[in-house]
Amino acid sequence: MTCTSATMIVSTDTVQASSPLADEFRLASRSIGDGILQTEISVPSIHCGGCVNKIERGLAKLEGVQYVRVNLSSKRLALRWSGRGTPPDAIGALKELGFDGHLFDPTEEAKPNGELSRMLRALAVAAFGSMNIMSLSVSVWSGAEGSTRDILHWICAGIALPTLLYSGRVFYQSAWRALKHGQTNMDVPISIGIAAAFALSVYDSYHGYEYAYFDAATSLVFFLLIGRTLDYVMRERTRTAIKGLAQLSSRGAMTIKADGEYEYLPLKEIKPGTRLLLTAGERVPVDCEVIKGISDVDFSLVTGESAPRKVESGVALQAGTLNITGSLTSVATANAEDSFLAETIRLMEAAESGKSVYRRIADRASRLYAPAVHLTSLLSFLGWMIVQGDFHQAATIAIAVLIITCPCALGLAVPMVQVVAARRLFESRIMVKDGSAMERLNEIDTVVFDKTGTLTLGQLQVTNIDLIDRDALSIATGLASHSRHPNAQAISAAARTSAGNSYRFDDVKEYPGLGLEGISQGKVYRLGRALFACGTENPSPDTVLACDGRQVAVFAFSDKLRPGARALVDKLRSAGISMEIVSGDSVSAVREIALELGISEYTACILPGGKLERIKVLSDQGRKVLMVGDGLNDAPALMAAHVSMAPASAADVGRNNADFVFLQDSLDTVFLAYRVSRDAGKLIRQNFVIAIGYNVVALPVAILGHATPFVAALAMSLSSIVVVANALRLRGEPMQGKTKPLGLKIQSGRLAE
Amino acid sequence: MKDFFYLIPISLALGLAGLLLFLWSLKNGQYEDLDGASERILYDDDRPSESYLD
Repeated sequence: MTCTSATMIVSTDTVQASSPLADEFRLASRSIGDGILQTEISVPSIHCGGCVNKIERGLAKLEGVQYVRVNLSSKRLALRWSGRGTPPDAIGALKELGFDGHLFDPTEEAKPNGELSRMLRALAVAAFGSMNIMSLSVSVWSGAEGSTRDILHWICAGIALPTLLYSGRVFYQSAWRALKHGQTNMDVPISIGIAAAFALSVYDSYHGYEYAYFDAATSLVFFLLIGRTLDYVMRERTRTAIKGLAQLSSRGAMTIKADGEYEYLPLKEIKPGTRLLLTAGERVPVDCEVIKGISDVDFSLVTGESAPRKVESGVALQAGTLNITGSLTSVATANAEDSFLAETIRLMEAAESGKSVYRRIADRASRLYAPAVHLTSLLSFLGWMIVQGDFHQAATIAIAVLIITCPCALGLAVPMVQVVAARRLFESRIMVKDGSAMERLNEIDTVVFDKTGTLTLGQLQVTNIDLIDRDALSIATGLASHSRHPNAQAISAAARTSAGNSYRFDDVKEYPGLGLEGISQGKVYRLGRALFACGTENPSPDTVLACDGRQVAVFAFSDKLRPGARALVDKLRSAGISMEIVSGDSVSAVREIALELGISEYTACILPGGKLERIKVLSDQGRKVLMVGDGLNDAPALMAAHVSMAPASAADVGRNNADFVFLQDSLDTVFLAYRVSRDAGKLIRQNFVIAIGYNVVALPVAILGHATPFVAALAMSLSSIVVVANALRLRGEPMQGKTKPLGLKIQSGRLAE
Repeated sequence: MKDFFYLIPISLALGLAGLLLFLWSLKNGQYEDLDGASERILYDDDRPSESYLD
């Protein structure tokens, strides 16, 4: 054992995340002209006006900063600074103020999305048009006659035409696309209904008939647009929320040039052969091989192993692993695109191609519904032609049927419930990708868990704390507080909870891959591997504290279970859902967790491809699988599963491919998501019954020719209101009668304000 | 009845004004930070801040 590779640890800082370098800051910003750069920083812990004020004032004082604006809704801040000077240390300043900031990737988020404001504009115009026409129609219904009625009709026509053209575009375009491909969707009867109703109403106004359907046509557009907008809002909101979490991937790396100079380069400029400097606490940016230095590396996101591995020159590192204790010099062996991720991505593509396409419940309904509407309308036209032979009357009735059966309530039935459900989950800090995820979660019968980082927190804890002498603990803590190594941090944390006061060392050296050494009162204390601490060969991974080469205490570690894991397993079991664990970690580690949770099915030492296989086998048996996982090695399985969920601490790839992302530590939220989805499914079915039931009642009235514009407007609005009101029940409804549901606790305190 | 027809253009004009106001506020970014706006009023200085002038 030589001391040549030792790194002197100067600071006592035990914080994991180091603030990004100035170069990285510059890379993450975009130019907005005049040499001014704008950087977006995501600050998840902002929660009130006080924070906003504090941050804006604090950052405005930094040199070169010209503009700071915090957005409380998206918990993000925009910082404009003069690109000529050095970038302001905004992340550091935020940390001083007590906030953790993460740089936002500008390439994906910078492009403003005009879709939402387009929809809101269309909605506003439709609201204006339908309300005004409705108010004018009231005078027609209340008995306006002769030329007065005609004038009112013409005014309505004047408002309806631009409204229908502007706000209805969404439906016409979608209907046209469907027709072009020889298909039919819900928008086809809607578009035909709107166009026919308008044309007929103009014809009737011209000939001085009693009824015109301008109000029905515009309010149809209005109600349907509400449904579309809600659906869109939900997806958009989650999309941005998940983007805000992108923090694990490195944007670039410190490279060593041939002349020995250091340069920070963006990821895409790193080629195989580039020499890289990896400091402690940094994530490995691309696949590389170590050529100098010794350190401990955390492979948990990549392989699922919970204990860090010691690496030295010659060891290959995969992108995504975390360098913990020492600096490493390494040579890149692959481009960013071809790194370890590439293998995962290949598997993910395979997983996606094998997955059956899920048809959303609304699509399935409209597939049956649209032809039925066309047919009924056509039949009533033919029927009236045969019975009465009056073309105008037959056409009026056919159009009335088309409008009355147009699925206003049906269009609102699904998105309204899903928006309310997504909001419920959002308050419990669960993000849902889209509505179909909730529909799929509703169907599951099997849950497959990853172990490290999912069932466990991926944080070690000391298991034999009660057996350790107080003095030994305080000495160990004194040493351990100087290191970032997970074992050392576990010892510090254990000492904090058992309220031991820590022993002070003035001079502590860290030997990466071995342990820590400190001198106090002439005695040499060592904390680390047995071989290092007291020179005895000991294969166990336990950490030993030694004084002058004599063993004082032994610390044993195990991974900490996520809070709520046991509660989740119990609840899922009582809900009749089978569970299993699939992990890349060692058999003994997996068995321990499985026994602790009482899950009988488990597979250990498995490769990413193996996880994917397991999911496929289960799917082939006809099971609907929920995969819960976090690592890069879980990404293909997340993709292949019927529905998937990942914690916020997951690797980017995993998080971006999961249908749900939960931000809390507690696993109990998994069950909350399941329960809310199930409740939502129930409400959606109820809404379908209401909407279709309304049609069953209204259709005969329309076919028999009694559906005046007044009846149509009343029926349409009423059914929509009933459906919306039913969806809102999800908010206040007590989740389960007797036991106090754990998941209902609002952890962030956000709602309690 | 016909004597009251002048009310129709007035009501339409008022409605249209409301619509245009909404579209303007949408375009002006007033809906971008709904939570923030309600809190900011408690902390804003009386003189307009730099970000307001922007």
